[in-house]
Amino acid sequence: MNDFSVLIGGKAGFGIDKASLSIASIINQLGYRLYVYRDYPSLIRGGHTFSIIRASKEKIAAHKKGIDFLLALNQDTIIWHKDKLTDNAITIYDSDSIKQETLPPNRKAVALPLGKIVKEENAPEIMRNTCIIGALCKVLGASWDILDGMVRRNFSKETDLNLKIARRGYDEAKELANIEPLNQGKLPLLTGNEATALGLIKAGLKTYIAYPMTPSSPILHFMANFCEEFGLKVIHPESEIGVILMALGFSYCGEKVAVGTSGGGFCLMTEGLSFSAMAELPIVIIIGQRPGPSTGLPTYSSQTELGFALNAGQGEFPRFLVSPGDAEEAYYWTQVALNISWKYQIPSIILTDKALGEGTYCFDINLVKELKEEMPALWDRKGIYKRYMHTETGVSPLTSVPDKDAVIKVNSYEHDEYGITTEDPKETNKMQEKRLRKETYMNEELKKYDTLKVYGRKDSSTAILCWGSNKGVCVEAAKNLGLKVIQPLVLSPFPLEQFKEALKGIKKLIAVENNATGQLVRLINSYGLNVDEKILKYDGRLFSLEELEARLKEAAGEGIRYVRA
Amino acid sequence: MKELGTYAPNTWCPGCGNFAILNAIKSVLNTLNAEGLPLENVVLVSGIGCHAKIVDYINVNSFYSIHGRVFPPAEGMKLANPNLKVIGHAGDGDAYGEGLEHLIFAAKRNADITAIIHNNRVYGLTTGQYTPTSPLGFKGRSTPFGTKELPINPLELMLSSGATFIARGTSHGIELLKKIFKEAILHKGFAIVDVLQVCVTYYNVYEYYERRVYELKDHDASDYNQALNKIRQWDYNSDAPIALGVFYKKDAPTLEDRFYKDFAAKDNIDRYAKIKKVLEESI
Repeated sequence: MNDFSVLIGGKAGFGIDKASLSIASIINQLGYRLYVYRDYPSLIRGGHTFSIIRASKEKIAAHKKGIDFLLALNQDTIIWHKDKLTDNAITIYDSDSIKQETLPPNRKAVALPLGKIVKEENAPEIMRNTCIIGALCKVLGASWDILDGMVRRNFSKETDLNLKIARRGYDEAKELANIEPLNQGKLPLLTGNEATALGLIKAGLKTYIAYPMTPSSPILHFMANFCEEFGLKVIHPESEIGVILMALGFSYCGEKVAVGTSGGGFCLMTEGLSFSAMAELPIVIIIGQRPGPSTGLPTYSSQTELGFALNAGQGEFPRFLVSPGDAEEAYYWTQVALNISWKYQIPSIILTDKALGEGTYCFDINLVKELKEEMPALWDRKGIYKRYMHTETGVSPLTSVPDKDAVIKVNSYEHDEYGITTEDPKETNKMQEKRLRKETYMNEELKKYDTLKVYGRKDSSTAILCWGSNKGVCVEAAKNLGLKVIQPLVLSPFPLEQFKEALKGIKKLIAVENNATGQLVRLINSYGLNVDEKILKYDGRLFSLEELEARLKEAAGEGIRYVRA
Repeated sequence: MKELGTYAPNTWCPGCGNFAILNAIKSVLNTLNAEGLPLENVVLVSGIGCHAKIVDYINVNSFYSIHGRVFPPAEGMKLANPNLKVIGHAGDGDAYGEGLEHLIFAAKRNADITAIIHNNRVYGLTTGQYTPTSPLGFKGRSTPFGTKELPINPLELMLSSGATFIARGTSHGIELLKKIFKEAILHKGFAIVDVLQVCVTYYNVYEYYERRVYELKDHDASDYNQALNKIRQWDYNSDAPIALGVFYKKDAPTLEDRFYKDFAAKDNIDRYAKIKKVLEESI
């Protein structure tokens, strides 16, 4: 079995999240590549929470619907997921709270009296997790050493008790599946949010400011946890308005700064975004998308802010907008975003979503091209300092307070080269053109980067058009169906030339997006281009590989080359 | 004595109370400069409104922000570099209306910045609407039949929010303004000066103030209750004597003190090596 999925489910408060990472950690030791999908409601206690840990020989970034190992900590888990079980699936369940007659028929099951075991060991309820993971380990055929190592790494508190409980689960179960350890190097397990944070840190971030909002809060938590390690300033102010304006204060002082939020918080940031463009104060904004409108489905995923991010803020100004598709791309493109923001003194927006941010990936740093921190063009210290000096590229050399030779005036009003307010029509034109000119030079520079990627069968006449976190599932489905995939990473300025090049020989273009209207489709429409089919999903959940393949077959029709068994 | 002026033409109405604030702050900056404050360490932040033009008229570093957003960037600057002297100029619409949340938080944090509120109790630049400190029944262009709400007493709010320096001046008392500004700027912590600045065009209450203002004497500014009593004497609505001067002053740790106690800049660390270590630990 080279590709299998484990689902663990229970109530919020059962520790499902930590348990899923423990399971991923065990399977990682067996040499498999992993992807973890988390599904949890917006509450602290109760409800139904589950995680799918998919393992494969190949690197993956998508989950499958079919479940091979079901770990049920409560009755709901059986009710919710028993229809997803594959033919040879094995259920490991808490026999103290789950009725045996509700189990799916004709499949192997391991009964564990979890309640009884934790009681006998005087352990807290939450350690039922450790017990069921112990049983899974045995079922998978993983050695005790692997389980022992995982517990010691992941449970710094009550290590001995956890080991005891894990042993009980391990001993109660039998080896039922033959999961062969793979002979390949292990990779770190990283969420998209962590990769985003590390990319910013790598590129020289000094300060991170955010107001908590799902799904971006984990970036704030990560930065706060590592602030000492990396010498970061991490601040949580009164609101998203406070966040972005405070960040612009840092930017004015020459400190590389980023902020993170979701669509709702970004609504509050838009006046600050427009200000950053006018005042030419560099800033990086991370938007983790989730379904709207309004509060929507806070803990689920969507791709609904592309149009918003492209157009947010009053007035006309250039912005850099990138949407990474997996952890490696998040790590790489956040570095580019920070560099570009300072080089051109413009806002950079990184569009992620809950799927990418809170999804766990096997992260391979060797797949990421090396980037250096880039410094902004600095003032040559000749003559009187002009903060908004007209230049060929539109970029005015920087200096930051305090500078004894310079008076540095930034302004949200239209202004002259010194930063003093003006309403003069000629000066207004010149300044507007100066700001817009930066985009031309940025566009030229971006040709050095893979702003658009192509995957799958390069000679296929049917292509999938996708962006952001759908990359993983699209690339895998395309591989199975013999299709091509076109993934624009940079969405502003849009890589039009590269896109037209990728379209050569394509007779059928199918857009795949997690929204109800096709926002990338609208973007390409603005360049006079269109798609033939749209596959849209807007229930907050991600495409499983099976679902996407079925919908692609329907949409592509003749375009399907072959179907892999 | 440095001129500190710029080439920007002054567009305030003749007789505008903002001139007094401009002259007072220029004079104080000069004095502080002569006493050793490097002017390059000074940043003036402003909101949007008539008051905000002040940053165009003074030749020092400035951050001409957007409406209501004077204090978050000021706090950001101080956290980026605690050696800066950051002075925030805000109108009453900026500080007490659109940006009230930020004002309360700046006070709560005791950020080491100075807030000078050009409180003319009317929106001037948008041609005459009521503000959070206009009296009940104020007839403005958005309330032709008079407002239906009472004003807030911003200084009482500041006292309860944690501001550690609270004062009031008027635009018709420049010597007192200079004295208060200097003390406010030198105060370590969040200092707010509410300046009753007369708008000659939309709300000329010069005579009203002249009959009621008096300078605080024999007042113990370190006494919270005395400060509260004097602050409550006039509620920005009813007729009452209007005290000028420093109501409250307290030494307390600032936001920057607390922040930098736990923070050490690490400019020379090999971030890539540390990232690799984080990754290593995630296997």
